[in-house]
Amino acid sequence: MDNGRVKFGVVVFPGSNCDHDAYYAAKKVLGQESEFLWHKETDLRGADVVVLPGGFSYGDYLRCGAIARFSPVMKEVVRFAKDGGTVIGICNGFQILVESGLLPGVLLRNSSLRFVCKYVRLKVENAATRFTRACTPGEILSIPVAHGDGNYFTDPDTLRRLEENNQIVFRYCDTRGEATVEANPNGSLGNIAGITNSEGNVLGMMPHPERASDPLLGHTDGQKIFRSIIDTVRQMSYTGSTAKREEVPHG
Amino acid sequence: MEPYSEHLVTPEIARQHGLTDEEFGWILKLLGRNPSWTELGIYSVMWSEHCSYKNSIALLKTLPRSGGRLLVSAGEENAGLVDIGNGLAVAFKIESHNHPSAVEPYQGAATGVGGIMRDIFTMGARPIASLNSLRFGDLGSDRTKYLLKGVVKGIGDYGNSFGVPTVAGEVYFDPCYQENPLVNAMSVGVVKTGQWARAVAKGKGNPVMIVGSSTGRDGIHGATFASEEISEASEAKRPSVQVGDPFTEKLLLEATLEAIRTGFVVGIQDMGAAGIICSTSEMSARGLSGMDINLDRVPTRETGMSAYEIMLSESQERMLVVVERGREQEVERIFSKWDLHAEIIGEVIEGDRLIVRHQGRVVADVSPHSLVLGGGAPVYHRESRRPSYLDQTERFDASSIPEPDDLGEILLRLVGSPNIASKRWVYEQYDSMVRTNNVVLAQGDAAVVLVKEANRALALKTDCNGRYVYLSPRVGGMIAVAEAARNVVCTGGVPVAITNCLNFGNPYKPEVYWQFKEAVAGMGEACMAFDTPVTGGNVSFYNESPTASVFPTPVIGMLGVVDDLSMVTSAAFREQGDIILLLGETRGHIGGSEYLATIHKATAGQAPPIDLLREKRLQELTLECIRQNLVRSAHDCSDGGLGVALAECCIIDEEKMRGAQIDLRDLGVGRSDFLLFGEDQSRIIVSTRDEESAADIISRAEKHQISAARIGVVGGSDLKIAGMLEVGVRQLAGVYYGAIDSEVENR
Repeated sequence: MDNGRVKFGVVVFPGSNCDHDAYYAAKKVLGQESEFLWHKETDLRGADVVVLPGGFSYGDYLRCGAIARFSPVMKEVVRFAKDGGTVIGICNGFQILVESGLLPGVLLRNSSLRFVCKYVRLKVENAATRFTRACTPGEILSIPVAHGDGNYFTDPDTLRRLEENNQIVFRYCDTRGEATVEANPNGSLGNIAGITNSEGNVLGMMPHPERASDPLLGHTDGQKIFRSIIDTVRQMSYTGSTAKREEVPHG
Repeated sequence: MEPYSEHLVTPEIARQHGLTDEEFGWILKLLGRNPSWTELGIYSVMWSEHCSYKNSIALLKTLPRSGGRLLVSAGEENAGLVDIGNGLAVAFKIESHNHPSAVEPYQGAATGVGGIMRDIFTMGARPIASLNSLRFGDLGSDRTKYLLKGVVKGIGDYGNSFGVPTVAGEVYFDPCYQENPLVNAMSVGVVKTGQWARAVAKGKGNPVMIVGSSTGRDGIHGATFASEEISEASEAKRPSVQVGDPFTEKLLLEATLEAIRTGFVVGIQDMGAAGIICSTSEMSARGLSGMDINLDRVPTRETGMSAYEIMLSESQERMLVVVERGREQEVERIFSKWDLHAEIIGEVIEGDRLIVRHQGRVVADVSPHSLVLGGGAPVYHRESRRPSYLDQTERFDASSIPEPDDLGEILLRLVGSPNIASKRWVYEQYDSMVRTNNVVLAQGDAAVVLVKEANRALALKTDCNGRYVYLSPRVGGMIAVAEAARNVVCTGGVPVAITNCLNFGNPYKPEVYWQFKEAVAGMGEACMAFDTPVTGGNVSFYNESPTASVFPTPVIGMLGVVDDLSMVTSAAFREQGDIILLLGETRGHIGGSEYLATIHKATAGQAPPIDLLREKRLQELTLECIRQNLVRSAHDCSDGGLGVALAECCIIDEEKMRGAQIDLRDLGVGRSDFLLFGEDQSRIIVSTRDEESAADIISRAEKHQISAARIGVVGGSDLKIAGMLEVGVRQLAGVYYGAIDSEVENR
């Protein structure tokens, strides 16, 4: 952190294509520091937050995110996360997080078998995480999705643990906040749109908060995710706590 | 020394390569000897319709192709370039991939997108938006569903992975496109003025590099395939279709832009149709230079490829780059950073000679100038004759059409017809938001895309009503341009230039050539009237099958500039109580209408007449009202007429649908169905906040000599048109948004 500005490190894999959008949202819309981290690098350059952006890393050939997790930079990202650093994976970034084992579960092909790009509604199931503290519990956010493989799935035990531990942060919902089948763009288990790890420092989400940040585009709900992260990092630095601080989310 | 030839080239073999006897005679004369096997391949593909424009170029030259904000005139470079101010320029172009998509819809459409993207970034411009214009047969048929699904998935998978938003498009269905669908893709990119790259080979001794993917046997003679009609035999041409790799193209994009920024790139051209031969000869001819290249240095993905195959391969994701001598390593380093090949395959030489070597032998020694459009490629003026079907269609008597009882039911059927219904099933499969520049999402008449660095936006639209062009080629050509411009104006943009993709049948048929000639003349007149020069584009002939020829379909890709972002306007009615005005005249012209086609199963009459000067005044009036902040919404009346346009204004913003109370009885059209569904041109529906603003708009309209009528008020949950129909907006929306989804998914 520099002059009170939080430093976002945006990883660039070959085939990443939302890297500029995340960079732009953090730097130009929210006025923070932002830097690209090349996939062949092994240094996170002092980033306070690591962003694994959307896109099609390595063409998503073989399986989404399956090759990216072997990138040199990912070793450092895993270490950073294990040390309690803040990591957010958006869309393809979420897929990379599950492939690398930082988050449980898998992301299957959408149940429609079609790519889907549209605005969806998300219910904030846990507003106490470092990614959602600027939201109110149960708040409904309007944020777009754009993916072909966003159908979250896991085994019943893991699902139970995710629920008990309040790790399910976002669910797709309708205007009233109900997690209906119609409101679910990809058929994900329990309408899951985003989860954290059990420590609460790693978030994966299919929707794109960086696309709903710039007021010029007419939607700003995504800013709340960035604001939450910024507040968290600042607070950790003011209170002198290190990134290693254990943080268990509460619903 | 004569180049080595694997086989003896005879006139018969030349004919099999699609060359006429006359053309073969010219080749013999040019070379002063018999061509080698590789040279035959080279001439046949470079002189094919697809590369040479031999049957269209004479007419294309009649279009306005310079002036205005154009930095590069049509045909000079890979794409046109337009100054948008604040030190930025826009490169944009539209191209067809019809024939490949007819036999292999997924790869055909995907590589169509890839090809047009390369045309843009090879100029140093970063693509920021893509559009497409699609035509299919009857949506009820299995073949159409197969083609539609494949094409849409192909466009989506390529564009989504490549990371450029697909922001707008159009999809039409008509039985004439059953065997021969149209797949036109457009790309728009931005580059700093003065930093764009040229497609030129210059400077003796400068190395020539091939970068990107290795070369395989895919797509050999793709350009020749595109220059004949679709038939039973076309299925066998599936290997002529290239295979796309958007991931490699994304790497190629980043590496290319980085390489151009070094300033060491003398010239660069993508490899699309006709592969290495096209880029080497065109770059040489433009630079008044030659090249000496060695095919043994071209990375290949298969062993044993002949010189002929390497020269003609249309493997995707490749570029040819001429680099300043001594700077090869800097450029190579950039490509290797992105894990791409960059191999030196030869050098620039003096004189008009292209020497091709393979396995220690010269296999071709030709004049690049003789190969290219604008150089030695043939130019033909074909015979033209007014088609006799026009006698039939023009004899149409509107009074023979029975007047329906229930106009509400007719409106619902029109709103649910695949040509009018929401294309949501299609556009939700495209990433329309990546790069976070998209301002108006599917709610405006044109897509509006921010150019953040320039603090302005682009308004983009593709348009063509093929039925109009079929019925009245000249007027139809004018309307295609006029409507695209009108759409841009409705979003608050000033139309500045067009690109076009001219899809026609076999030009050797005099009737087809007449359609082509007339449509080009109409487009030219409209471009002059609106001061929107043609920056380039593509001609696709031979869109025919044994059973039918497609409607002549000259698709217009219009570029508009929105100087003030607060002017961006959508089509949706906004607030209860807003006053609705109709600008322009309503006469009830139903010839060529969607109403006639969908409800009465007739493609008949003539296209609606258009007065280009009045159209221009209407557009100026609308822009003036938008700039004076008098307008809350603006929507053009097109397919389905006033009735459908009003319904769209009510439901186009699905989150905030509005009803409207309308009275059209003062417009003075006798029959209600003609009044509601006639497609008179030069009409725009606007809504405004209060009586004072409405009066202001009406008085401005008078000054522009445009009729303006107050036709109703926004409000309620129904679209009520006094004395004619009353339909709930929810019901309209259900049909409008559900029609294509339920047909394609068999729900």
